[in-house]
Amino acid sequence: MISIKNVNKWYGSFQVLTDCSTEVKKGEVVVVCGPSGSGKSTLIKCVNALEPFQQGDIVVDNTSIADPRTNLPKLRSRVGMVFQHFELFPHLSISENLTIAQVKVLGRSKDEAIEKGLKLLDRVGLLAHANKHPGQLSGGQQQRVAIARALAMDPVVMLFDEPTSALDPEMVNEVLDVMVQLAQEGMTMMCVTHEMGFARKVADRVIFMDAGQIVEDCPKQAFFGDVSQRSERAQQFLAKILQH
Amino acid sequence: MMDFSAIVPALPGLWDGLLMTLQLMVMGVLGGVVLGTLLALMRLSHNRLLATIAATYVNYFRSIPLLLVITWFYFAVPFILRWITGEDTPVGAFASCLVAFVMFEAAYFCEIVRAGIQAIPRGQMGAAQALGMSYGQTMRLIILPQAFRKMTPLLLQQSIILFQDTSLVYTVGLMDFLNAARSRGDIIGQPHEFLIFAGLVYFTISFAAAQVVKLLQKRLAV
Ligand SMILES: Nc1ncnc2c1ncn2[C@@H]1O[C@H](COP(=O)(O)OP(=O)(O)OP(=O)(O)O)[C@@H](O)[C@H]1O
Ligand SMILES: [Mg+2]
Repeated sequence: MISIKNVNKWYGSFQVLTDCSTEVKKGEVVVVCGPSGSGKSTLIKCVNALEPFQQGDIVVDNTSIADPRTNLPKLRSRVGMVFQHFELFPHLSISENLTIAQVKVLGRSKDEAIEKGLKLLDRVGLLAHANKHPGQLSGGQQQRVAIARALAMDPVVMLFDEPTSALDPEMVNEVLDVMVQLAQEGMTMMCVTHEMGFARKVADRVIFMDAGQIVEDCPKQAFFGDVSQRSERAQQFLAKILQH
Repeated sequence: MMDFSAIVPALPGLWDGLLMTLQLMVMGVLGGVVLGTLLALMRLSHNRLLATIAATYVNYFRSIPLLLVITWFYFAVPFILRWITGEDTPVGAFASCLVAFVMFEAAYFCEIVRAGIQAIPRGQMGAAQALGMSYGQTMRLIILPQAFRKMTPLLLQQSIILFQDTSLVYTVGLMDFLNAARSRGDIIGQPHEFLIFAGLVYFTISFAAAQVVKLLQKRLAV
């Protein structure tokens, strides 16, 4: 579904991504972790071409991002993305947040978009809030709306960039529950997260990044199994994370 | 002794002048905001040429007095039209003044709109694009509506300044409010009373508008 091939990216002379390659198969859940500044956000934003890269290619559902003929907005409409800071549109109501792209991008009718939006809102348990504005919801509720907004586009894959790291601890689980459910339904997912409980529960593979490189890319059992098999940097990282 | 009684019979004429002042202001603001928004989008675009053209435009118009622009357009607009159409096309002072205001104010509105756009968190742009919106859709549906909401007080403030600046049109013979008051006062021989009255009207309108700005600022700050 996603195939990342030897991607290199620079900001000026600073190389953020070095020779990154990996695959995410249909229905697979891949968790990406690594220290701050290691390039996790950059990598995941390359997957829906929110960030350009200079070398290599990423193919999403048979569409090459590096190909200049690719219609990038169209590609992005099929890739759901959830951000650390939710990024709901504050000037629109919750139901408008859920419908605007369905109508303006996919060309669905208003009625169809609303029906779909409300169904998804119900699914994340927030149907009662349809007419509120994002500012009236808690962080956890906003993030659930953001997930519903992405799902409303019927994406072939979902990308998450630290979806719970801006939340108060008591709200983390309500968001993770939605993500777990999504994973169990067979959604293809690439998640940047440090929630190792989530990774243990639903991930198929774990990728560990450091300094712009993919250092580890292995099945979950291996990643959490015999830690001594892991690279030194991954061991340090895991030790630090699992302390908390 | 001051005698304000002569103002009452002059009120209909003054009212016509006030209408022209308000007309110039409203149309100038609307045109200025539209052109200013276009300039702001050009300044923020990745296209170097567009950005440079817009920046030059803004810097130029912010460096010259409004009076000069009004005078210049008064002479230039008929000339340009003759050059285009090949015949004498009378445009009148009102139209040339309006063009002058729109072009001059656009430079100031551009900077307000640009700051407004830049104040919207970058993530909003990313979120809209991640949903498949084009650059145009992102701006029109997501960024500009939020930016304009934040900018409303500043836009109004600039409009109040334009309201006062419209009085400069007397130089090309337009009967705006100030010119109407001055000329009537001169005819009757009571220039001071009429000018004091005009001052009161300008003050009242500007002050009331400024209160609205303050109210909006408070409400938008929440
Ligand atoms: N626009 C930019 N210009 C220059 N450098 C940037 C830019 N964006 C990110 N970087 C740098 O690229 C590196 C990778 O950033 P990135 O945001 O991908 O890291 P991350 O792994 O997501 O970190 P975090 O856990 O803090 O979110 C960092 O060193 C960062 O400073
Ligand atoms: Mg990040």
